Amino acid sequence: MGFRFDLLMFMIVLLSVPVLSNLILSNVDRRIDLTTQAVRITSTLKVENTGSDLVSEVLLAFPDDQAKHLAYLTATNNEGKGKAKSSSVSFPVDVVRPKGMHPSLTFYSVSLPKGLGKGASLTLDVLAVFAHALQPFPERITQPDIQLVVFNETAHYLSPYAVKVQSLTVKLPDARIESFSKIENTKIHGSEVKYGPYENLPPFSYSSIVVHFEANQPFAIAQQLIREIEISHWGNVQVTEHYNLVHGGAQSKGEFSRLDYQARPHVRGASAIRHLVAKLPPRAHSIYYRDEIGNISTSKLWGDPKKTELVIEPRYPMFGGWRTAFTIGYGLPLQDFLFHSEGKRYLNISFGSPINEVVIDTLIVKVVLPEGSADISVSAPFPVKQGQETKFSHLDVVGRPVIVLEKTNVVLEHNQHFQVYYKFSSLSMFGEPLMLISGFFFLFVACIIYMHADLSISKSSPSYLAKLQWDEVQAGVQQVRNIFDRCLTLHDKLEASLRDLSRTGDVQACKASRKAVDGLLKDISKDLKPLLLSLQSSPQAAQILPKCSICKTSNATS
Amino acid sequence: MAASETSKETILRYAFGNVLSFFILVLIGVLAFSIRLFSVIKYESVIHEFDPYFNYRVTQYLTKNGIYDFWNWFDDRTWYPLGRVIGGTVYPGLTLTAGTIWWLLSSLNIPLSVETVCVFTAPIFSAFASWATYLLTKEVKGAGAGLMAAALLAMVPSYISRSVAGSYDNEAVAIFALIFTFYLYIKTLNTGSLFYATLNAIAYFYMVCSWGGYTFIINLIPMHVLLCIVTVMTSEHFASFLVFIIIHVVALVYYIKGILSPKMFKVAVTFVVSIGVVVCGAVLAVLIALVASSPTKGWSGRSLSLLDPTYASKYIPIIASVSEHQPPTWPSYFMDINVLAFLVPAGIIACFSPLSDASSFVILYIVTSVYFSGVMVRLMLVLAPAACIMSGIALSAAFDVFTRSIKFQLPGATENSERDAGETSSNSVVAQNDVAKTEKNEDAVKERPSKKNRKKEKEKENVEKPSVKSQIKKKLLILPLEASIIAIFLLVLLGAFYVVHCVWAAAEAYSAPSIVLTSHSQDGLHVFDDFREAYAWLSHNTEVDDKVASWWDYGYQTTAMANRTVIVDNNTWNNTHIATVGTAMSSPEKAAWEIFNSLDVKYVLVVFGGLVGYPSDDINKFLWMVRIGGGVFPHIKEPDYLRDGQYRIDSQATPTMLNCLMYKLSYYRFVETDGKAFDRVRRTEIGKKYFKLTHFEEVFTTHHWMVRIYKLKPPKNRIRGRAKKSKSKASSTTGTKRIGTKKKNPWH
Repeated sequence: MGFRFDLLMFMIVLLSVPVLSNLILSNVDRRIDLTTQAVRITSTLKVENTGSDLVSEVLLAFPDDQAKHLAYLTATNNEGKGKAKSSSVSFPVDVVRPKGMHPSLTFYSVSLPKGLGKGASLTLDVLAVFAHALQPFPERITQPDIQLVVFNETAHYLSPYAVKVQSLTVKLPDARIESFSKIENTKIHGSEVKYGPYENLPPFSYSSIVVHFEANQPFAIAQQLIREIEISHWGNVQVTEHYNLVHGGAQSKGEFSRLDYQARPHVRGASAIRHLVAKLPPRAHSIYYRDEIGNISTSKLWGDPKKTELVIEPRYPMFGGWRTAFTIGYGLPLQDFLFHSEGKRYLNISFGSPINEVVIDTLIVKVVLPEGSADISVSAPFPVKQGQETKFSHLDVVGRPVIVLEKTNVVLEHNQHFQVYYKFSSLSMFGEPLMLISGFFFLFVACIIYMHADLSISKSSPSYLAKLQWDEVQAGVQQVRNIFDRCLTLHDKLEASLRDLSRTGDVQACKASRKAVDGLLKDISKDLKPLLLSLQSSPQAAQILPKCSICKTSNATS
Repeated sequence: MAASETSKETILRYAFGNVLSFFILVLIGVLAFSIRLFSVIKYESVIHEFDPYFNYRVTQYLTKNGIYDFWNWFDDRTWYPLGRVIGGTVYPGLTLTAGTIWWLLSSLNIPLSVETVCVFTAPIFSAFASWATYLLTKEVKGAGAGLMAAALLAMVPSYISRSVAGSYDNEAVAIFALIFTFYLYIKTLNTGSLFYATLNAIAYFYMVCSWGGYTFIINLIPMHVLLCIVTVMTSEHFASFLVFIIIHVVALVYYIKGILSPKMFKVAVTFVVSIGVVVCGAVLAVLIALVASSPTKGWSGRSLSLLDPTYASKYIPIIASVSEHQPPTWPSYFMDINVLAFLVPAGIIACFSPLSDASSFVILYIVTSVYFSGVMVRLMLVLAPAACIMSGIALSAAFDVFTRSIKFQLPGATENSERDAGETSSNSVVAQNDVAKTEKNEDAVKERPSKKNRKKEKEKENVEKPSVKSQIKKKLLILPLEASIIAIFLLVLLGAFYVVHCVWAAAEAYSAPSIVLTSHSQDGLHVFDDFREAYAWLSHNTEVDDKVASWWDYGYQTTAMANRTVIVDNNTWNNTHIATVGTAMSSPEKAAWEIFNSLDVKYVLVVFGGLVGYPSDDINKFLWMVRIGGGVFPHIKEPDYLRDGQYRIDSQATPTMLNCLMYKLSYYRFVETDGKAFDRVRRTEIGKKYFKLTHFEEVFTTHHWMVRIYKLKPPKNRIRGRAKKSKSKASSTTGTKRIGTKKKNPWH
């Protein structure tokens, strides 16, 4: 392995670098957790100041090829023995470039606020998480093959300080271990490989070790994840997450046989991504899981008051190198995430993906604030790239301010809450409904005006006059028709009474009804007269007159 | 005093009637929209089937690149290597409509995706179509019939089948355009207004933009014009037009006579007449020659199969292979228009009394569409609006009679009879029985003219007299109270049956998107989402420029969902190309490999239903591939694939069948699933169970095995043995081989 050889060369070069300060590490205990695709290295450093000056920073060194995968780094003060985490204080960590150091090393400096006095000692817990530190080897496997990965590290803690006593534990998944570097003091306990203890090593000691082991857990890598968090003051926080997922393990080559996969899924397709679990906040609602061609039906949802768990399966089992893209969306109750403080509102929501096993190469979090928000500021627990843009949606006029936060190499540890502070007046909530209401109002008003207004261009044109006359005659005709109708009903009544007469022979009743009808008919002819006159006077109505005479005659006959 | 009161009352009544019909129309629109949402509720908001995916893709392109790029779009992702000019070969009406809706919404900052707009375009336009039906029927037989027809159309199963949410196809907007064009035509006919004529032209243009079925209008309207001119009842407009032309001709003749000497005039007349005759003859001759020279006599295959229903099955298997081009069966009439089929004759009779321009048009419409629907299942869609209009007319007339008879015999209710009749007939639950039919028809004869009066003052003079007489006579036609009540009850029952059937059809029969299948089993709903699984796999795990070969059914879906280049798709414009794919599928593995390789194909996709019992898979379509392939490349012979005229895949199948690519790709390693290789669609064990693929390798199979994707193995594997012996020899052999390939490979 050329890689290892380089490191050895590099170690030799390093040894010539002068000692940086008077600090020494009296005890270093490192535990490397390789059970997931994100490599977690927890180091407990006991730092002692052997010099006379106050030291306010401790340097941590990483080789560049490791540092570029470094996703997360914290240093906490571990005071009490045991795991009393409440007492731990985390120190600020920054990248530094100390002079005279080898250029292929990246240094992080842990600032100690109180400083470390002469002879004092301090226990630091350093947690470093690396995103792409496991290399699949062989790089291409067929479906029945198991996935093997290689991990490179140094058995000796790489540090600018001398280390008195140190030990290293590598925790591997419960599976086959293909090989591991056997150097002095190497032990194996089940799935744990132990190196050390080593004593009294100079600064920049380096002893490369390689662990080659079976790792069948899926290497789900989101090459890009865009989380859009949209706040609606009507009571909802809508989260939409667009995943661009790839299986980052050993590339699949050759055939994919569904038959083999279905018959023995854990043998033929052991490293495939079958499902992912998204742990959503409690009371998440309106959850969907889809991609650009529609809903993905393979998902399950569980909910209890403490959490909501969404188990999603990609459309197909994902083998090494296979890709997919999908979107998860859910709504959250506003009161769980939006709070007030000092006249400002702030959103307090988690930064990373709800899917824990995913390592994210580029995470973009967009917080869409309501239209009219002002005075926006962000507070994040770790450095992120910030930007701002504007989004238009749902009848916006000026657009909604969008805070864009970008971070590369995101792992589970980044699932911390961040805050977005802004000012927003509750009254502006009603802007859009009012706009809609007034819009419809004006529409109706316009309709009413149109119906009532006379929009003809010329009031004296023959066609306009004709139209007026037409309307007039129309009304007259309508009235005449009504009279007809009444006349006809009277006819009917009369007829009915006649029928009664023929049946019962009750002449009196018939006569009475006849009388009543006669009276009514008189009224009708009275009503008819003015109408007839008006129609006669109208030049257009001349043709209708015969009809009126019919009416008259019919009256007469009855 | 009394007169003004009554007039006020009538005005109020009319206002009330207008408001009521407005609200009924709104409700009908809501009904038309919401009855089509079953697919969204039961499945999801997704584009359905095959063609809608193409339209969706075109719409996406339009919204992304704008109208000019759309117009000039040459699509190189389909019909590889020929490509297709999309802008010039597509009916842009639907796409432009949805694109405009999307553009409007997004300019109002309403964030709807193009997909959502496309999914809901069809239901929206069905609401429009039912309103257009109201307008058309109102022009023909008044508002009551209009409302009834609109309500019937809002839920007619035939139309629902083409316009459920997600069925984003040309028919969705075209039916609206069709009815609206007819309405404007009738309106123009009734009013003689130039305004409506212009609108009519625009609507007609929109119709032509939207659907190939515009040929229906292009023929129907001239037929009606001809009918109007020929029959005695020629409308005064036609007469006036005719007179207009004659006057001009006469004026011209007199004018020429005036400026020429009598002798010269005679010469001029003979000259003009003889020239005219010669020109007419020449044009006729050219036309006949043109028509005769083209093999299909200037008709497209589909149109020809309309005139001769056996044409397609005889000559063009590609048209005959589409199930919607088959003639319908009787049950499909009952399924698609249900009780309307029984009401249509009544409506026709109602239209004959009296026969106006408008009603004669509707009669012509129903007669022609009945014929066309008898030829092609697909054209049932054109029949549906006609059937709804007819039934609407029939029902409203029937209700008119019954309610009036009831009203007359109930004491003290005469005044409101007309209004009540209107309300009842606007109820959507309506129907009628035989007794009612005849009675009503007789009555309708008397009824109609009086209604027309309201509209046409001119006609009043002539018609009013009989109208009054008819009203006097009316009471003689009044039915007994009990009979009327029972008849109304039966009508309502029939209507209820129609509604139940429509809702059932919308919910169960026509709402499946066909890309997602579901089945009910003991442990609940089971979803088969294999198609999208395969397309998603293709889209994410193959190179962008890879070519995917499949039978043409899946072409549109592959380009739209997987965004991969396909060889053939559902726009079956190039028969030879399709035949090439058909030939490859019917050839043995090696020959198929050569054909596919010559087409740069990298993946072959087959649909296989044998594991889960999905019947419309490629094995069931395979005979069409053989037929279409054999139609162009004679070395593929259908009898080779049939044993004693029977298509079978079991142990009795012919060796050609058992060795063809389609068989192998479908059944590759199928025997290992259950040990017997039992095909659940064909209900038999397959003939050849154990075989290996030499030129193809399986790269993906979906969860239920419904889609299987194979990759062509690279060519070097085949000549490995020879390459060792001598390179020059190897190259020469491959050279000759290639020549041999050329001979065999039909694609060259």
